[in-house]
Amino acid sequence: MQMNGASILPLRLMDVNYAVREHTLLDQINITFMPGVRTVILGPNGAGKSLLLRLCHGLIFPTTGSITWMGKGADGSRRGQAMVFQRPVMLRRSVAANIEYPLKLNHVPRTERTQQVRQALETAGLMALAARNARVLSGGEQQRVALARAWVLHPQVLLLDEPTTNLDPSATRAVEEIAGTFHATGTKIIMTTHDLSQARRMADEVIFIHRGCVLETGPADKFFDRPRTEEARTYLRGGLL
Amino acid sequence: MQDLHDALVTAMSLMLGLDHDLLEIVAVSLRVSCTGVLLAAVIALPLGGALALLRFPGRRLLIVLMNALMGLPPVVVGLIVYLLLSRSGPLGPLGLLFTITAMIIAQCLLVIPLIAALSRQIFEDLWGEYAEQLRSLGAEAGRAVFTLLREGRYSLLTVVLAGFGRAIAEVGAVLIVGGNIAHHTRTMTTAIVLETSKGDLALALALGIILILLASVINALVYFSKDVVEHYTT
Repeated sequence: MQMNGASILPLRLMDVNYAVREHTLLDQINITFMPGVRTVILGPNGAGKSLLLRLCHGLIFPTTGSITWMGKGADGSRRGQAMVFQRPVMLRRSVAANIEYPLKLNHVPRTERTQQVRQALETAGLMALAARNARVLSGGEQQRVALARAWVLHPQVLLLDEPTTNLDPSATRAVEEIAGTFHATGTKIIMTTHDLSQARRMADEVIFIHRGCVLETGPADKFFDRPRTEEARTYLRGGLL
Repeated sequence: MQDLHDALVTAMSLMLGLDHDLLEIVAVSLRVSCTGVLLAAVIALPLGGALALLRFPGRRLLIVLMNALMGLPPVVVGLIVYLLLSRSGPLGPLGLLFTITAMIIAQCLLVIPLIAALSRQIFEDLWGEYAEQLRSLGAEAGRAVFTLLREGRYSLLTVVLAGFGRAIAEVGAVLIVGGNIAHHTRTMTTAIVLETSKGDLALALALGIILILLASVINALVYFSKDVVEHYTT
């Protein structure tokens, strides 16, 4: 699979705080994201999962602390990462044109564009929808377009923000399969979810956050078998936090 | 009542007879307003987008100014352009006063604030929805303006039509800088003013009716072309 030169990973968050006015929304976050494993950021609604992902992606900036791409290819960290939003915005154009858009922004030559769009369409199972207006697709189809569009530049890191929250089970499975395919081609997956069964299916590594604090990090099987904190035990039992 | 009846009869006979003078006046009106508004759109749409998306010193002042100038009186614009273009004015040597070009310039200036102010609001609303997604895909604000121009094309087209409505209906600016010269700079509105002052109310009203019809037809064409375009692009 083509990757863009040297790795931008690992990504290190050091003492990251994020506050809006007086309210601390993320508190003393210290995490290092390593390449290879699928990381799932797990936690109840309002825990700060989306904020954490948007901080990593550079859409917002920490109040204090630092977020650093540590790899040799860190200069290319902007293009080396892509994000899929919970509610992706479809441009008012065809599915194929939506996927072509980031290629145009990055001045990819036309002949190459056609071929890469085709590849992304195939990977996301969207060939039959290529010419359709993206705005009128179903939620699941739109999320697949968003995945293909985020992946078309072959990012090293793909950030997925609750990509299946609004989807039915079959659409959810399609999204998980596509994410799995991207992972198999060497893309680092960082995903947020509040869905435990999805976390069990997708995670190699779990970061459990609650009320803006990281409570646990570690291998997924360990987290699910022997959670260390009371909050995690309650959450895993399906209790309310 | 008699005037209205006469006006309708006159209007019908002028239109059905394809009166040469009438066609000439209609052509001048359309040429001035269409060109003026197109020029204004080319300038004011990116300006509206820039006011919404970019952050630069003087931005807020410019927004207030554009909003305030939406209601700019046409006679004032006419007067300013007149002063600029008159023999002794800074642009006097160009010899543009009492020409079609002068009228286009005046209407363009008249409409720029309207299109800029209304489109800024549309851009700002769109940006609220698109900002994070476009930034994530790698579009910085300057580039995003042109993406949003395309995303908001139908709303923005309505804004341009509002500009056209203002241009085709105004009389003050074209009268001052054009001079209402027969067979040269006479437009529908300046002809209406002239005929009214001469006392030929029927002819004036007939011209008014034709003006309204014309504006309606153009709006209808644009409105339905949107459906056609949408049909073929999806």
